[in-house]
Amino acid sequence: MGDLLRVESLAKRFGGIVATDDLTFGIPEGELLAVIGPNGAGKTTLIAQLSGQLVPDSGRIYFAGREITSVPMHARSALGLARSFQITSLFLDLSVLDNVALAVQAHAGHSFHFWRNARHEPELRDPARAALTRVGLGARADWPASALSHGEHRQLELAMALASGPRMLLLDEPMAGLGPEESARMVTTLRELKKELTILLVEHDMEAVFALADRIAVLVYGRLIASGKPEDIRSNPQVRDAYLGEQEAVHG
Amino acid sequence: MTAKFNLNTAVGVAILIALLLLPLYVELTGSRFLLTLFTRIVILSIAAVSLNLILGYGGMMSFGHAAYLGIGGYAVGILAFEGITSGFVQWPIALLVSALFALVIGALSLRTRGVYFIMITLAFAQMAYYIVAGLARYGGDDGLTIEKRSQFFQPLNLSNKTQFYYLCVTLLVASMYLVWRIVNSRFGMTIQGARSNDTRMRAIGFPTYRYKLVCFVIAGTLCGLAGALLANHTDFVSPAMMYWTRSGDLIIMVVLGGMGSIFGPLFGAVALLVLEEVLSGITEYWQIILGPLLLLVVLFARGGIDGLLGKVRRKVQHG
Repeated sequence: MGDLLRVESLAKRFGGIVATDDLTFGIPEGELLAVIGPNGAGKTTLIAQLSGQLVPDSGRIYFAGREITSVPMHARSALGLARSFQITSLFLDLSVLDNVALAVQAHAGHSFHFWRNARHEPELRDPARAALTRVGLGARADWPASALSHGEHRQLELAMALASGPRMLLLDEPMAGLGPEESARMVTTLRELKKELTILLVEHDMEAVFALADRIAVLVYGRLIASGKPEDIRSNPQVRDAYLGEQEAVHG
Repeated sequence: MTAKFNLNTAVGVAILIALLLLPLYVELTGSRFLLTLFTRIVILSIAAVSLNLILGYGGMMSFGHAAYLGIGGYAVGILAFEGITSGFVQWPIALLVSALFALVIGALSLRTRGVYFIMITLAFAQMAYYIVAGLARYGGDDGLTIEKRSQFFQPLNLSNKTQFYYLCVTLLVASMYLVWRIVNSRFGMTIQGARSNDTRMRAIGFPTYRYKLVCFVIAGTLCGLAGALLANHTDFVSPAMMYWTRSGDLIIMVVLGGMGSIFGPLFGAVALLVLEEVLSGITEYWQIILGPLLLLVVLFARGGIDGLLGKVRRKVQHG
């Protein structure tokens, strides 16, 4: 197979709405696959099933050669599949470093340790600092998380996903709500990360998608209508009809 | 982050030193009353320190914390009444019963959030209050006089007021040290993470309910110790020890002193009880003065006394 993540005949419906419709695809190790599609195409539902937040109605998910369809969320992240959240949800009254250190701690066994000062434990602080440096927040480590800008919150989210030392990242709209400058910084960060990690990126920002993706999958009404290299997708008439044209009409 | 000089700690340590020297002053001036007052302040500080662990660090707004004062106190009182006066029996039982009570209340109430949590902890504490008030054999509403204080080994003699006072101060310092260790440990980080964003904690794989429950039990046990001390201090226990207004007093101490700081509960307990003492000497309606004072602190000094001291330090450094 050779794919790090593989999805076979995945299906999920909510009442009469088909959110995921017989989806089959794979992501080879080291690839950045961008999943695009109009609103309601089932992109977030897909990520939720991959991360274990939602259970699919049918179909199978494999990660690193192992079936994980019924493996719960925290166990998946222990296997190396990390997810960042679309809506930033941080520990605002703790320091930036504390935020990431907590994410490290989540993967370091139980936390019934009552005596040793956790803020002086290199096993927690060193990986946390490394993750912050990777996303470009190294200099902000000791700031309270509440003092960061919106764009920096997104980077912090990313650092928290990295903190578990994952093999693959599931990113749900990391550019949402970012200004042009912040988006550009995020693209730079992700370009660095994709050298070492396999990434599935759900994103509305087409500029970012075409700048980053090795391959693009287009989802419409839960169904995969096209998948291929960015230049192929750009010229695919079906995609233009279903999605890109509509986007351009809205924005242009 | 680093261990720089800071005013909060300096004032906190100064208060502790003053507490240690107080018996000397009492010896010189002969005002035994001060020793009694401060023994009480020190004991209630321990209760406030324990509440701060769950309220300040854990964000658990327990409105029934005085229940453990009563439970710890009644454990000592009832055992003494039944002829068991050894502190080595009384105190472990006081702690154990408090821990069990906290385990039951916590297990049920921590499934709820916000106002419901406040109401459930309050309801349980009031339940305990009415149960104790109904114990006819142990004085019911009127309370129970303790003929003999807890017996420990010689030369430790709790009937000696100075010795007892020093025991209380020692236990206060020990409980502050304990809380300091706990809140900075992995466990403490977990608790603070749950205060800050419980949903996210669960999403990244922390079973927060378990951690909060253990924290709740630690706090209840520590407050049970304060209850055992209080019973020995007053030689008397009554349901009033655990009435909801007493729980309110403890919350005021923590909020006034500064939630989520190590010295905050000490500042709050000393400030509230000394003010109460001074103001009630001036007028019968002292609460009319105390009320607005608290309002001002809540409105303008959100970090309480500890927060104010922190601000002073920053001004000094920058100005």
